[in-house]
Amino acid sequence: MRETDDCIRRPVFFRKLLNAVMWLLSAAGVALAVFCMLWILWSVIRNGAGVIGLDFLFCGSKPPGEPDNGVGNAILGTVFITLTAVVIGVPAAFAGGVGLAIYGQNSRIGNLIRFSVNVMMGLPSILAGVFVYALLVVTTGHRSGFAGSLSLAIILFPVVMRTTEDMILMVPAAVHESSLALGMTRARSVLCIVCRSIKGGLATGILLAVARTAGETAPLLFTALWSDAWPWHYFTQPTANLPVLINEYTTNSPSEEMHAMGWGAAFLITITLLLMNLALRFICREKKHA
Amino acid sequence: MLETLLSPKEKLKIKIAARNLSFFYGDHQALFDNNLEIPENRITAVIGPSGCGKSTHLRIYNRIFELYREQRAEGEVVIDGVNILDRNVDVLELRRKVGMIFQRPTPFPMSVFDNVAYGMRLHFKLRKSEIAERVESALRGASLWEEVKDKLNGSGLALSGGQQQRLCIARTIAAEPDILLLDEPTSAIDPVATLKIEELLLSLRKRFTIVIVTHNMQQASRISDFTAFFYKGRIVEHDTTTKIFTNPSNKKTEEYITGRFG
Repeated sequence: MRETDDCIRRPVFFRKLLNAVMWLLSAAGVALAVFCMLWILWSVIRNGAGVIGLDFLFCGSKPPGEPDNGVGNAILGTVFITLTAVVIGVPAAFAGGVGLAIYGQNSRIGNLIRFSVNVMMGLPSILAGVFVYALLVVTTGHRSGFAGSLSLAIILFPVVMRTTEDMILMVPAAVHESSLALGMTRARSVLCIVCRSIKGGLATGILLAVARTAGETAPLLFTALWSDAWPWHYFTQPTANLPVLINEYTTNSPSEEMHAMGWGAAFLITITLLLMNLALRFICREKKHA
Repeated sequence: MLETLLSPKEKLKIKIAARNLSFFYGDHQALFDNNLEIPENRITAVIGPSGCGKSTHLRIYNRIFELYREQRAEGEVVIDGVNILDRNVDVLELRRKVGMIFQRPTPFPMSVFDNVAYGMRLHFKLRKSEIAERVESALRGASLWEEVKDKLNGSGLALSGGQQQRLCIARTIAAEPDILLLDEPTSAIDPVATLKIEELLLSLRKRFTIVIVTHNMQQASRISDFTAFFYKGRIVEHDTTTKIFTNPSNKKTEEYITGRFG
């Protein structure tokens, strides 16, 4: 008996070894990700933090060498462009995501829409730029900040729509059913009960999408481009913005001063996103223990 | 058909009558010609092995199955003389009248107070003071008031499982239904909290017609007046609970309640 027992036993050693190897691999993956992030953060801080000051934040851009040189016009331009993109893209995408989640399950049209949105999500951002260039810049004869917003909205749209749908589908069916069972309409149940129980995740998802598009450069090269002026002619003229500024100042200029300002702008974008993420986490904490 | 089973003193009004009720999930037929009469102000337990169609049957009474396109019911469910499967019946009004409590407690992501007030506000136009009164009486009705009166503004999600389930019951009775459907309401809840809910149901019997799907046969025998035994989508036997549990007419019923299968 003892011999057959020994026969069917497998040594524990190899299973433990495999476990250790898997643990090491995933730990190494995590370490790599954290290392990359810290490295990027460090270079941005080292090169960019130094130029931040009142002039830098509140003065408009000027040719190198002039006093009171800043990126204030680009900051404001980016705010205009991004906010308008959010206003155009997010409500429509949210509504689409809700609709897809309620009416688009197991339906042919729903699947078609989902497929299109997935394709749209995979499109290189430069295509959004060229598209709006053909649609708005060529036809009106001028680049504008608004054209930039439109191209960013196109990038934003599919991401927000899929995020919304995915988040809604994560809510257990029982929550939706129990609100319907109380006599609510489907729309009320989804908007007031289902979306309320995922508001933190939804807000985070939408903010991440906004943050990613706020840094998109390629579409803005075709649309908003760049200007040393303040963005008061947002609808009709090229408009200053941070991504194009970083591109121009760091790679297209011989001046050391402008290189430093490019890093400063990169620092600004990074810190803003970081703060926005932290703020959102703070606001949307799950208040389970109220 | 039920009347014959009852002592002549007990003249029970039939609240719900399912007639030749069949149900389909796409091509798959889950219920076959169910006929069931549910008397008013009594607790009717629906028992049977997993997958026998108990919940499916219950989910027809408030037409919640209509949420899923591929699901379809045939036959009639007559509540107070009206076939509720008729297209002209307003489903929102039906669901106010026929409340449902689910297996897992599903408090809404809002305060205890709003959990109860929310559904009520949908159906009734009320002044603030009336709302507060009704919330209190619904919470009292669900035997929850004493436990939550000091944390009405706390999140409903912060309550224990048993409290959450009673909150769902309070929320349902606040809409003033006639009928309560309970789909295994205690299967996700510990035994002590389960007993509390059973006592609660017994106290609610005077006001509501209660239909409870349960896996727990002790529960059925403890609280119900009538029991229907489902097997493979058919109603095998429907009788007073005493008869079902002491002297069932059908062999399958006997095998099930004595624990030989299921």
